[in-house]
Amino acid sequence: MTTRTLPRWSRVEMAQRVARDIPDGSIVNLGIGLPTLVANHLPQDREIVLHSENGVLGMGPAPAAGFEHPDLINAGKQPVTLLPGGSFFHHADSFAMMRGGHLDFCVLGAYQVSASGDLANWHTGAADAIPAVGGAMDLAVGAKRTFVMMEHCSRDGASKLVPSCQYPLTAIGCVARVYTDLAIIDLSAGKAVVRERVAGVSLEELQRVTAIALIDPRES
Amino acid sequence: MIDKIRPDSRAALADIPHGATIMIGGFGTAGLPDELIDALLEQGARDLTIVNNNAGNGDTGLAALLAAGRVSRIICSFPRQVDSQHFDALYRSGRIELVLVPQGNLAERIRAAGAGIGGFYTRTGYGTDLARGKETRQINGQHYVLEFPIHADYALIEAEKGDRWGNLTYRKTARNFGPIMAAAARITIASVYEVVNLGELDPEAIVTPGIYVQRVVPITRERRT
Repeated sequence: MTTRTLPRWSRVEMAQRVARDIPDGSIVNLGIGLPTLVANHLPQDREIVLHSENGVLGMGPAPAAGFEHPDLINAGKQPVTLLPGGSFFHHADSFAMMRGGHLDFCVLGAYQVSASGDLANWHTGAADAIPAVGGAMDLAVGAKRTFVMMEHCSRDGASKLVPSCQYPLTAIGCVARVYTDLAIIDLSAGKAVVRERVAGVSLEELQRVTAIALIDPRES
Repeated sequence: MIDKIRPDSRAALADIPHGATIMIGGFGTAGLPDELIDALLEQGARDLTIVNNNAGNGDTGLAALLAAGRVSRIICSFPRQVDSQHFDALYRSGRIELVLVPQGNLAERIRAAGAGIGGFYTRTGYGTDLARGKETRQINGQHYVLEFPIHADYALIEAEKGDRWGNLTYRKTARNFGPIMAAAARITIASVYEVVNLGELDPEAIVTPGIYVQRVVPITRERRT
């Protein structure tokens, strides 16, 4: 049997799908990397407050060239702006917002996610790798809902959705939903329920590249 | 009369001994007290334990202090950066001890030190390598890990304005670790871009009350804008 190359969502299409699912009035933290793209696709008719771990609520888009402020940066250390109503606070307050369950959503990248929602996204565990964790562990356990955005498969073609994570864990059972370049999958009570697939990709094809059992309520 | 203003960084840092634990504020370059770090480099104290979110960038500041072999231990959350080559080299050759702490635990452990809290339970890190060997407890059906405060002998922080009582305000995200490190250290040294007369800072807007600050060093904004 030959396996065809599956059509995939682009990074922008993934970001659009995450943005679509964030309701008006939400307070959201977007992780570094792929999740940062979501900010560019939040619907204009919704008021969504972005939190940055270094001490900002109400973070706005990148400033125009020449308008950068050296003391106004995001968690990725890039220049940002502050929207009207925005505020600054110290690091313990910023992480109390996360850890105290005050954020509605966080969106994180991942190396692997398990069927039970375990997340591995901070360390490959390789002998020569220098570990760095940042705020990943706090965000993962603290936000009311944790979304993951990641490629469905690693570069060598292995499923990044796994029965149990091989990489060191960031947090146990924290991931509610995964947005990949092939599908949107809800994780709940150990079940992986497909909410959307790339047009033209069958459940069987999706299952073939996924190392955990998928359920699609539309096909039962 | 209380006067915490010091003439310059060198005078403010003169008594830092070998083996001191020093908190350094800043996240990225925002709030990083470059002048105070340069003065520490010049001052010569070695065998230091440094507490900072990162482990130095580029070739200056904290990275230069590391490169000079003055730091034996670093407590931080995110050492690996594209330009953390000095830390990377020391770590790979076993010449520096890394204590890796989730960023929220770093902040809360510093806060706890300043607030006299002996320890606290947090969900962060439960079931991960960073909680290995630590005491855990189940509270209301949730798993928590026991974490202890991080105290320091000195804190070096950057603020915006200060007065002779040590009251401080900050600028935008440069606030980051300043207020909590000020409270956690026995001696806090703050660089400020403007010294104002007592009473000029709006009492409603003072972020760090002077009780947490022992020395204030006026600096200029020449090197940064």
